[in-house]
Amino acid sequence: MSSVLYDQPGPRARRRERIGSVAGALALIVLLALAYRYAEQRGLFGADRWDVLYDPPKNQTAEDVWRSMVVVGLGATLRAAVVAAPLALVLGLVLAMWRTTRIGWLRAPATVVIELFRGLPVLLMMLFALLGFGWDAFAAVVFGLTVYNMAIIAEILRAGLASLPRGQSEAAAAIGLSRWQTMRLVLLPQAVRTMLPSLVAQLVVLLKDSSLGFIVGYPELLKAMQNNAQYFGNRYYVALFVLGAGTYLVVNLSLTRLAVWLQGRSARTAGRSGTDPALTAAAAATAGGGPGGTGSAV
Amino acid sequence: MDLIADNLPAYLNGFRLTLQLTLLAGALALVVGTVLAALRVSPLPTLRGAAVAWVELLRNTPLTLVFFFLVFVAPQFGILPPLGFWTAVIALSAYTSAFVCEAVRSGINGVPVGQAEAARAIGLTFGQTLGLVVLPQAVRSVVPPLINVLIALAKNTSVAAGFAVVELTAAGRRVALANPAEAIQALAGVAVFYLVLTIPAGYLAGVLERKVAFAR
Repeated sequence: MSSVLYDQPGPRARRRERIGSVAGALALIVLLALAYRYAEQRGLFGADRWDVLYDPPKNQTAEDVWRSMVVVGLGATLRAAVVAAPLALVLGLVLAMWRTTRIGWLRAPATVVIELFRGLPVLLMMLFALLGFGWDAFAAVVFGLTVYNMAIIAEILRAGLASLPRGQSEAAAAIGLSRWQTMRLVLLPQAVRTMLPSLVAQLVVLLKDSSLGFIVGYPELLKAMQNNAQYFGNRYYVALFVLGAGTYLVVNLSLTRLAVWLQGRSARTAGRSGTDPALTAAAAATAGGGPGGTGSAV
Repeated sequence: MDLIADNLPAYLNGFRLTLQLTLLAGALALVVGTVLAALRVSPLPTLRGAAVAWVELLRNTPLTLVFFFLVFVAPQFGILPPLGFWTAVIALSAYTSAFVCEAVRSGINGVPVGQAEAARAIGLTFGQTLGLVVLPQAVRSVVPPLINVLIALAKNTSVAAGFAVVELTAAGRRVALANPAEAIQALAGVAVFYLVLTIPAGYLAGVLERKVAFAR
């Protein structure tokens, strides 16, 4: 690991670093040990706190508990995300193209829609569907996820379109393609590929946001945790939380890894095909996306 | 519109709470996130590792889960965070700190390599290089993404509505539940308050971004 911020360390600096590193590690270990002792004193590691995961009380089997969490709970979470994601992608695509049409006054409604839904909390949109339209909880969750993410995806795609060299559309016009053909055959495929990492990162956000279903009464993973804890006893909250949070981390981290891998891949191919990778990166940054996507996360 | 006018005090109270949450959690997250970013570029592997773990853990966890942990799980091992407002501040600032860290770090990485090399060449130490040369330049390019992080935070305060904090969204939900026939108007009132906050901030971020890009 080398960095421009500091030299390749010499022997003295290496010793200093090792001392600092050990000191830092010791501080961390002391902190963790204190936390461990604290937890142990409160019986956090006793079998009666964890047996819900392998030998639950009340004549239930461990299989029931795991099924209710990983199959039913996570299943409901994924179902909402899997329905909302394609909807958001398609609507985002439509909005992005609408917003980049050449006729100025036609663009205005798309701009309004994007700015409106980008600036509102996802939870509020779920409440709109739930209380305003009187939809059920699942429809409300899907609605909230869809309208918010379509606005973000539209912005990501617009940034992708803006990052393409002008020569692309000029060349397409030169060989006689219509506006629509240029968009469909030349510009969109490149924009989507450029922005693929940002799009995958946005899907992680979408999946995370589905947990807001907990608040609007959609029985997803968090609700499954709570139901189990209420049925078996509050002392199991810790064990159930570890299982539930672990499930989220596994799913989200795999998706994030996918985004990073895609980014590495698209950076390589972009370099080969002569697109300026720096331009691509800049476009990804302005979209507020990328695996480091910050602008849009809940 | 009568509905919103009649319930204006409820909306304003909720809006004030949303603002307080945003400002307090935002300030805390900026401090913690900047420290984390410094740890992530430091030469000490253990500290780097700890910061990476913190950021990756929180970035891949839904905010609702962080709230859930503080409200339902932490009391099970004797940590009783003061319910309501402060729980929300803790959850929001912990969650947002991960995103602040990423924004600041990408700002540090965005400073041209030659700057750090030049600083090293004239014999500045790691601390001096970072404090006198890299960070002052990084701050400029970090401000727009940080504003975006804070906008996301302002919207994220709505999650507190699910955990016993009557901020803007919860206030609107109460009004909507009390007047089921006019629920859409009640919630539209909430939307206006959020947009008053988020649209100008987003505009500001865009303007600053163009300015910085022009200067470079």
